[in-house]
Amino acid sequence: MTIQIKTVEFTPKRHTFGHIARRLGGDRSASRYQEGTLDLQATENFHYKPLWEPEFWHYDQAKTAVKMADWYKPLDPRQYYYATYNIARANMQQAVERNFTFADERGLLANLPAELKAKIIDTLLPLRHAHWGSNMNMAEICQRGYGTAVTAPCIFSAMDHLGMAQIISRIGLLLDGLTGESLRAAKQTWMTVTAWQGIRKLMEDSLVERDWFHLYVAQTLGMNAVLLRIAYTGLEASYGTAGMALAMLTEFCADWLAEEGRWSDAVIKAVAAESPENNALVSKWAKDWIARAADAAVPLSVAVLGDDTAARVAGEATTAHARALGLAL
Amino acid sequence: MTAKKLSLKQRYEFLTRDLDWEPSYQPIDAIFPYDQFEGIKIKDWSGWEDPFRLTMDSYWKFQAEKERKLYAVIDAFAQNNGQTGISDGRYVNVLKIFLTGISPEEYQAHRGFAFTGRHFRGAGTRVACQMQSIDELRHVQTQIHTISHYNKFFDGMSEFPAQHDRVFYLSVPKSFFDDARSAGPFEFMIAIGFAFEYLLTNLLFVPFMSGAAYNGDMSTVTFGFSAQSDESRHMTLGIEVIKFLLEQHPDNLPIVQKWVDKWFWRGFRLLGIVAAMMDYMLPKKVMSWKEAWDIYFVEAGGALFKDLARYGLKMPKYADVATEACEHISHQNWGLFYQLCHVAGFHAWMPDAAHLDWLSEKYPNTFDKYYRPRFEMWAKQEKDGKRFYFNGLPQLCSCCQLPMLYTEPGDPTKTCFRSSTFKDTRYHFCSDGCKDIFDNEPEKYVQSWLPVNQIFQGNCGGATVPEVLKWYHINVGVDNGDYVGSPDEALWKSWAEQRLSEAS
Repeated sequence: MTIQIKTVEFTPKRHTFGHIARRLGGDRSASRYQEGTLDLQATENFHYKPLWEPEFWHYDQAKTAVKMADWYKPLDPRQYYYATYNIARANMQQAVERNFTFADERGLLANLPAELKAKIIDTLLPLRHAHWGSNMNMAEICQRGYGTAVTAPCIFSAMDHLGMAQIISRIGLLLDGLTGESLRAAKQTWMTVTAWQGIRKLMEDSLVERDWFHLYVAQTLGMNAVLLRIAYTGLEASYGTAGMALAMLTEFCADWLAEEGRWSDAVIKAVAAESPENNALVSKWAKDWIARAADAAVPLSVAVLGDDTAARVAGEATTAHARALGLAL
Repeated sequence: MTAKKLSLKQRYEFLTRDLDWEPSYQPIDAIFPYDQFEGIKIKDWSGWEDPFRLTMDSYWKFQAEKERKLYAVIDAFAQNNGQTGISDGRYVNVLKIFLTGISPEEYQAHRGFAFTGRHFRGAGTRVACQMQSIDELRHVQTQIHTISHYNKFFDGMSEFPAQHDRVFYLSVPKSFFDDARSAGPFEFMIAIGFAFEYLLTNLLFVPFMSGAAYNGDMSTVTFGFSAQSDESRHMTLGIEVIKFLLEQHPDNLPIVQKWVDKWFWRGFRLLGIVAAMMDYMLPKKVMSWKEAWDIYFVEAGGALFKDLARYGLKMPKYADVATEACEHISHQNWGLFYQLCHVAGFHAWMPDAAHLDWLSEKYPNTFDKYYRPRFEMWAKQEKDGKRFYFNGLPQLCSCCQLPMLYTEPGDPTKTCFRSSTFKDTRYHFCSDGCKDIFDNEPEKYVQSWLPVNQIFQGNCGGATVPEVLKWYHINVGVDNGDYVGSPDEALWKSWAEQRLSEAS
């Protein structure tokens, strides 16, 4: 049985905006992702060259060496616009809150033996700084990039990294009973302990990269696909009795890595497929940053797992993955 | 020794600025190359007071809740054909101006705050700017989604990105934001964070949203309510920025004062479009522009500058000129729209008798004396079948890019002309405020993409009006011209007739 409510019909004159219809190849209903993304950034008739970088316009395709006939080709398979992005993250965060409450009430971290606590402080907590550097990189790509299709998800990603830096910091606060001692110690480690210096150098080197798509490749295939993957997979095996608790508390990060990868893969694939010149550039960048990230991860891999296998495996897996995206590595 | 538990403030610092570190593998100036050249001196970035202590978990939670509610209203509005419930078809022209002139600037703000959110070396400041960046993306996207439904029925909205890049009057807001975007990061914060979001927001955001509320536009007003808490966060950031700069070093004061003067005047000129909207385009009026100016600038702005006086900051230069001009600008601008709407992407119209009386009441010093006679003359011409359109290209101000139509301070019968010569070329200005801005940075403003000059140079599709309008993506006979006789009017009347026939 169905019931039918009678309504007055109003015939629309058009189904979407003109620029969207031209992209869809006709006047058809468009999604909110499409209406909120396509052709949103200004493209011509700018007024003043930036005082801080007069060689470019503030929106300028020449800020990267790769060239696209249309920067609205690398779309987001998740079709995120602000509302869907926030709702997705709020849902993920609900699980985070439950997990933190659970871990807190049962003292899952607070009651760990000192030795294990120290290992978490030395090998997991410094990641909060890596996320912070990644936050800066994604904000940079958002401000410097070209075309809303790529740049809008970058501010989402920047906020994600901030959120994950906060999740890792909260693990520290659970460990130290809200004194911040563990975070102070982890920062010392990040700044001075040899095992982290390769990673910190990698991060600082990325912060001075001015070619925004180069930076995109460095961040997504180097930092995310190699380093963060090592950090967030296999936690159960690495941290003994704390492993399950840490896996639970960083569930957001592991889920995020997979989701972010879906988007960044699509972007890199589309840009590399545009031309042999793009492919050569992206491949070169990918090769360089995957290798650097894998090298930087070796001391950490040794510290957490006892040998460099994880770093090598992650480097090799990412290389194979990059090949699958069409890159020549 | 056991350490003490963190206070909420300290906890927030651990979750934000403490994530930052002093780099050693790359020079810090290479990581932050842009925050020194403006001459602003920051002795200690840690003196930054976080204006709102939002961690990402709460941000996502609050914003997701607001979005769920907002989109439920937008969906219900579409399902119930809320567009038929607005006060009058004329009202939609407000949305056309909003979508073509304001929403693209929300986008510019989004990218601009991403710039400052990456490039200030103070970590706490960066976090606050990044949150505003993503908020501004929210605003442009929710505005498009709100107005999308109107676009399905009314004309003049479907080509907003191309129009923002090309149409002559839209270079006013575009050049305003291009100016801020091309300035250094500190000036951007004073321009957009302080002048626009704090000092003038009540004169921009609020008139549009109140106008929507008064005129039955339930989806836009719901957007307005939903954005309110974002806007108040942005205001808090704007005021924190100016206080921070002034507290950091006395040498910052003259620089900041110059920016405040500049962005106040630029903002005032931009708001002239809102003034015309408030006084002429809302079928149901909220208040007059003059009343809004008195409340939100003269009173509230006055109190603000009294508060900032302890830092040595003075009222913006030409604030008195602006206040006097508020008796005139809406009438002058609507006169402009009335005469030029055949080359615009929205409709203008002759105010009716009751409307003219309302204007007389709201502007007792100026309306009957200077402006009513013009409207009565045009009304008579309309009645005689000779609706007046100005068939020339107006000279534009080389700063604000509005036509040179404003009058001398103190003498509304005389058009104000100013000029400056730079490298053997003469540049024209509508006011002392605009001339000052140019004279302070002539290298910047000589670059202006002035739409009228561009037409004459052959860069806008051709030499004839139809060619230029085609290049503007203005659908002639549909998007442009008087509301009376437009397809929008015909549509609105058909809905009204339908309602009547259903009632009988």
